[in-house]
Amino acid sequence: MSTDADAGRRRFLTASVAVVGGVATVGVAVPFVAAWQPSERARAFGAPVEVDISKIEPGQMLTAQWRGKPIWIVSRTPEILKELPSVDDRLRDPQSTQDQQPSYAKNEYRSIKPEILVLIGICTHLGCSPSYVKQGAEPLGAGWQGGFFCPCHGSKFDYAGRVYEGVPAPTNLVVPPHEYLSDTQILIGADEGSA
Amino acid sequence: MKSMLIGLLDWTDARFPLSKLWNEHLAKYYAPKNFNFWYFFGSLALLMLVLQIATGIWLTMFYKPSAAEAFASVEYIMREVPMGWLIRYMHSTGASFFFLVVYLHMFRGLMYGSYKNPRELLWVFGMIIYLLMMMEGFFGYLLPWGQMSYWGAQVIISLFGALPFGLGEPLTLWIRGDYVVADATLNRFFALHVAAVPLALLALVAAHVMALHEVGSNNPDGIEIKKNKDANGIPQDGIPFHPYYTVKDIWGVAVCLILFAAVLFFAPTFFGYFIEQPNFVPANPLKTPEHIAPVWYFTPYYAILRAIPDKLTGVIAMFASVLVFFILPWLDRNPIKSIRYRGPLFKFLLGTFVVTFIVLGYLGTQAPTAGGSELGFRLGELYFSFFLIMWLYSKQRTHSFNYTVLGIVAVLFLFFDAIRYDPEKTSLMIVSSILVIGYYVVFVLGSMYTKLNEPKVVPERVT
Repeated sequence: MSTDADAGRRRFLTASVAVVGGVATVGVAVPFVAAWQPSERARAFGAPVEVDISKIEPGQMLTAQWRGKPIWIVSRTPEILKELPSVDDRLRDPQSTQDQQPSYAKNEYRSIKPEILVLIGICTHLGCSPSYVKQGAEPLGAGWQGGFFCPCHGSKFDYAGRVYEGVPAPTNLVVPPHEYLSDTQILIGADEGSA
Repeated sequence: MKSMLIGLLDWTDARFPLSKLWNEHLAKYYAPKNFNFWYFFGSLALLMLVLQIATGIWLTMFYKPSAAEAFASVEYIMREVPMGWLIRYMHSTGASFFFLVVYLHMFRGLMYGSYKNPRELLWVFGMIIYLLMMMEGFFGYLLPWGQMSYWGAQVIISLFGALPFGLGEPLTLWIRGDYVVADATLNRFFALHVAAVPLALLALVAAHVMALHEVGSNNPDGIEIKKNKDANGIPQDGIPFHPYYTVKDIWGVAVCLILFAAVLFFAPTFFGYFIEQPNFVPANPLKTPEHIAPVWYFTPYYAILRAIPDKLTGVIAMFASVLVFFILPWLDRNPIKSIRYRGPLFKFLLGTFVVTFIVLGYLGTQAPTAGGSELGFRLGELYFSFFLIMWLYSKQRTHSFNYTVLGIVAVLFLFFDAIRYDPEKTSLMIVSSILVIGYYVVFVLGSMYTKLNEPKVVPERVT
């Protein structure tokens, strides 16, 4: 039916149609894949939020919301701050070497002001929101130095959001970008560098 | 009248292969005559699929797929739509029954070697159906927008965040369509749950049945009935599927529906196992429930995920524990199909696997404890060991081969214990290791130094 000259020509045509068709398929897939990205509206809701911390008592935690995520603001007492280094040898990353905080929170307290801790309240394991468990409180009981406990998979974090060893969470809790607008106003989601 | 109907059939047959399809798949599809109890579950799975589609279509008539309205619309279905509660509970109970039936169907395949040559592709199609069902269950569980819906989806989507090379975060953002599980997530999961996955499921079920009818059904003896045909080319140990097995299956349907109705009317949430209690509280993105666990049909894999104190390894192990079933036909190459003609050790091996699976499933429903995680880890090791032993039992192995395998396993498991070593758990780890050591002593040394793994003679014809 076909001559040798035909066969080469047909192979070329088949291959070029396959290539062009393949490119077209990839092109058509683009809008379908792109539609799953966050919409402009979802991005707009990601804008920074202001939080008033004037009413927070020492030892208390306040929960705000930014990008739909819980933001914890904890007022740490001097005793808590003094105890922080005592658990260093049981932590994965006591010096906060992993990039889980802005540079201005890369210090022993993981915060701008030592007593005020700002964290994203989402476990770095699988995204549950851990609970704030004070020293010696249930469900961890005696021997617990205080901090955060994730009920989903048992990850533990200290009062600076630093992860303990031997738990599924790989890294410390994230400190969001934030700055002080005044002594009692914190802006979450932006800092001087990004504004 | 009768001649008119025959006339209509002839008219149709000339235009569409109606009689041909009927004969090929029912009236002249010869199935082995020795099917037993375990052969109910294929047709029951089909029944459950039809039930889920019918109730699902009705639920979409009243459900609103938006974060603001979803929870209230489910309550509207439960309280105000006439008999809406019944349709909703049929759907939620049906999901659990569907999985129960499919697990029993898969166990039947494991017992009688139904995945072996020439049924490998049939098994692979079945596994794809199982994966699609898991996706369907996962997408569907978000829709009521309760606390468990929300945080369950958050955890499962975060699994993809474990991908290395910076791919994880962008991927989870893409799946959710927002920075957290939100309206966009709910809306797309709804589309996947009611359209995309069901369409794929139906196509795969068709492929599964076509593959089955091409190679023919296996049976409790694991003997190919096509090897013994009479003069007309009909298997001597086969009987037409219709009317023999259609009638048998109708009996199975009746019993199944009685049990189904009992759960549906007397315990529709099944003590928090079919619908978990926190799901009666609307989703709250700021607070995780005290204890979260997936629905029971995911918990064995979830327990494996949770037992491993490393995020990426845990996620890999969890996906591997599901996907390993795909390659079972190429792991277990023992020529004897049915459990009936394999040695006592194989029966014990399969029984141990079932117990492992159930205990893992139980652990996955419980709050995490040190002891539970340790037991989960050891059972996870036994879970994967089952597939290794299946491969090892494929043929007669030499002693040196068996000892080499034992050595490799010992080094590997000691390595796992070394990297996850926690001084507080030393005694727990040592005690629990007895489980694994005992397992290998029984199944490897047992097959080397006793006659417990010797097969029986497989008869020529089905019994």
